[in-house]
Amino acid sequence: MIAHLRSALARLRAFTSKSALDADLEQELAAHLDLAIDDNVRRGLSPEEARRQALIRFGGVQQSREQQRAARGLPALDILLQDLRYTLRTLRRDRAFTIVAILILAIGIGANIAVFSVVDTLMLRPLPFRDAARLLWIGPAVFTGDWSSATYSIDAYQELRERNKSYQDVAGYYAFGSIDNFKLTGHGDAKPFTGIGVTPNFFQGLGVAPMLGRLFSSEESLPGARRVILLSYPVWQQHFHADPSIIGQAIDFNQRSFTVIGVLPPTFDFGAVFAPGTRMDLFVPIEFQGTRLDGNTITLIGRLKPGVTVEQARSEAAVLFPKLDFRTDLPQVKAGYTAYPTPLKQYVSGKLRHSLIVLWSAVGLVLLIVCVNLSNLLLARAAARGKEFALRGALGASRGRIVRQLLTESLLLSSIGGGMGLALAAALLFWLRHQSSLALPLLNDVQLDSTTLLWTMAIAIATSVFFGITPGLRMSGSNLQQSLKDAGHTSSDGRQHERLRAALVISEVALACVLLVGAGLLLRSFLHVLDVDLGFRPARAAAIKVDYDDGDDAVKRSVILRNVIARIRAIPGVEEAGISDNLPFERNRNWGIPHLKGVSTDKIQGESALVYIITPGYLSAMGVPIKGRDFTWEDAPARQGQKGDPVIILNESAARRLYPDGDAIGRVIDANSGDARIVGIIPDVHQTSVEGQPDWQIYYPMTQQGPEGAELVVSSTLPPTLLSASIFKTLREINPAQAAVPLRPIQSLVDHAVSPRRFFVLLVAAFAALGLMLAALGIYGVISYSVTRQTLEIGIRMALGASAARVQFGVIARTLRLALIGIALGVVASFAVASLISALLFNTAPTDPATFAAMAALLITVAVLAGYLPARRASRVNPMVALRGN
Amino acid sequence: MPDPRLDLLQGTLDLMVLQTLAAMGELHGYGIARRIEQISGDAILLNQGTIYASLVRLQNRGWISAAWGISDNNRKAKYYAITRSGRKQLARDTEDWHRLADVMSRVFGQTVEGGQ
Repeated sequence: MIAHLRSALARLRAFTSKSALDADLEQELAAHLDLAIDDNVRRGLSPEEARRQALIRFGGVQQSREQQRAARGLPALDILLQDLRYTLRTLRRDRAFTIVAILILAIGIGANIAVFSVVDTLMLRPLPFRDAARLLWIGPAVFTGDWSSATYSIDAYQELRERNKSYQDVAGYYAFGSIDNFKLTGHGDAKPFTGIGVTPNFFQGLGVAPMLGRLFSSEESLPGARRVILLSYPVWQQHFHADPSIIGQAIDFNQRSFTVIGVLPPTFDFGAVFAPGTRMDLFVPIEFQGTRLDGNTITLIGRLKPGVTVEQARSEAAVLFPKLDFRTDLPQVKAGYTAYPTPLKQYVSGKLRHSLIVLWSAVGLVLLIVCVNLSNLLLARAAARGKEFALRGALGASRGRIVRQLLTESLLLSSIGGGMGLALAAALLFWLRHQSSLALPLLNDVQLDSTTLLWTMAIAIATSVFFGITPGLRMSGSNLQQSLKDAGHTSSDGRQHERLRAALVISEVALACVLLVGAGLLLRSFLHVLDVDLGFRPARAAAIKVDYDDGDDAVKRSVILRNVIARIRAIPGVEEAGISDNLPFERNRNWGIPHLKGVSTDKIQGESALVYIITPGYLSAMGVPIKGRDFTWEDAPARQGQKGDPVIILNESAARRLYPDGDAIGRVIDANSGDARIVGIIPDVHQTSVEGQPDWQIYYPMTQQGPEGAELVVSSTLPPTLLSASIFKTLREINPAQAAVPLRPIQSLVDHAVSPRRFFVLLVAAFAALGLMLAALGIYGVISYSVTRQTLEIGIRMALGASAARVQFGVIARTLRLALIGIALGVVASFAVASLISALLFNTAPTDPATFAAMAALLITVAVLAGYLPARRASRVNPMVALRGN
Repeated sequence: MPDPRLDLLQGTLDLMVLQTLAAMGELHGYGIARRIEQISGDAILLNQGTIYASLVRLQNRGWISAAWGISDNNRKAKYYAITRSGRKQLARDTEDWHRLADVMSRVFGQTVEGGQ
């Protein structure tokens, strides 16, 4: 054992001090011969004969040197270094080839690393919480986008905590917060922050420890408790200058004083996990007593006890949830809760699984095309270097040694390509991490880590073996004499060689075709999504959050808001203005199901109606056409003693369901909060998702129902950037406490909602474009190479009278034949692939003929273009020069 | 024509070198090669040059040491000597060799008997 270790060390030492040891050996060998000659002379031989005999007994001097070197050093490493030096020399000589090969590899490997990092973060790695595998999201089996149906009341939460046997603890957060809902007051202009209420055990439940200070205690959600707040790390950094003494200080938010008790760690990003594409700055404990009265408000997250399975938790939920009370003091109200707990990880990124797999496959295909392309390039190069290898073979290089040399070359190329790919991926991921508006979870966590590095190495080695081995085996297998005799570069190759190269190009075209068809189908789906009639016109509208203080008085509120809207409408460029408490694709809620008077809601179960509280003018500002009439300021508030005339507007789905004959306007229905008269009907507005079916919607006038917050929507032909300043100035004039919030284009809400699809389409399309480019390069390479090899033949044919056009046509026809075979194979493969991605398509058949035809046409065009350049070169061959050239 | 000479088994040369150094004390490469030839009565096919790979191998394992010195006829030569661990190794290898030779001769003896 020790001898082995010693030997290894000695070999390493020998490897590093080669020249000294060689000199030593030379001396020793010379001494040996001298001693032998002395001996022989002593035995009476002549000096010449003595020397001759000594040399004979010694054997091969060079051989002995080699043997000694092999025994003392690291022969494998010596050969590797030799190969590397030689490779570097040849690559430097062949600069164009080297640059193209490395660039292609860098792009292929870089794209793969970047996508792998995303896949790793979203699918493979656990969530960034302690023992995250045991965390469950406890919500209904189907989430339609209606948050009131996906949340539970405080009483139900507390009953669940007491009665369940599956969880160590259950935590939750308030699901109806809105952005910019905390205004930092007290120093100058109000600054907006986004805060959220959580159950006091929320962070303990997730296993998040504070970076500074402490977490909430259970007393802090009791009524009358001191107001406490936790800061997110970025807020602490940017707004409180990373000052540790902030702990224990009081800060005013919304004119109330909060004591900062802690700062959360930088690794905790609430938005990245629970609300992709939004930023969460502040956390406060939910005040249980007050929130009890607000109905379904909180989401549930449980941590399983050790040994309890998800299945067990599900069966318990099936029995337990229907028994939970909506309000313990109103036992007659049946909430009818259900829950189907799923692993939190699956809740967060399960929906993206399919898209990610498609994306991963797409980059995989790109890498495959890169490999085929390089294989082809190397093959062409190896053919041109046939003589060189034949010479080395003749000088005694073994077949293994030549394959080894070629593999070293490809390994070196792919290592450099891999390195550059890593840099490219790092840049891509940096860009991705800063796409804060992209509604994809966990993007903040996407990074290059050891897993990614391992993956990179695996890819680089696999590619180099893949594209290096084919030419390697071909070259070493070829006949030495044949290659040495071969004139080289002006007559055509053997058929077999030609066929291999053609097969490579065909497979490249086929792979590119699959990529293009896939990308085409996804792109078409995306265009269909953009074409969806949302029920409103997002392009011309923009929204800003308005602060006002009405002291909870409906009459005062009407006066204030009416004034706000009148002042805003007076701004030049503003066409319409109105206020709603919720905007499409943002916070939503339902209050139950509106129904015909005297009819039980049981008959229309399964439907829920989203509730919006709006002012006159809001619907017009959003570009929603109204049948009947809009609300007016004269829709009087219900005052004490005076009933008023409660009115509502329904969307078409709800109206048609209640009054199938289409005579809903003017009818009085039970709208949950009492009877109300339907005054208008609007088309179905997409409120929760662009791609899904719209829910029922019910709109109440702000004069009659209390809103939660106010989003002022203006429509204008002017871009929001131009209007922003004047609108904000007006709001500040009306209310000096107005927080400095941005004017957000409504289009940005739509963009946010479709951003995951846009993201995936963009990437897949980029990969397809890359594939197309590589295929074109492959075609160009092969055709161009064969034209070069055939210069002599072309010369002869032209000398015999073939016209330039005829030669050109011949080359293009060959290109087309390759492309068409590739496309035919690709189309067949695409049919299979398209059915695999059908779940990702929207209003697009997986066999959409237009897409298939367009992509085939695109490929043919590109192929002809790629073949045209060499074809033109072929047609310009001068027969005299070509014939003389050899 | 002389009898065909024996090819050396893998690793045997190393053992011979060790044994030679153990028996003779310090020797240079030429000396070792000559000694082996003499002992074997020129029965072994030995290119003297091959001894140097064996010497560096043994040296790397720490079984022999080397130092430059002056020969009897005043020539500079590298002298090798066996080390303590080299002697231990030699003892082990010698025992192995004897056991193997024993077994082999028994195996061959049995074949001869069986053949009769």
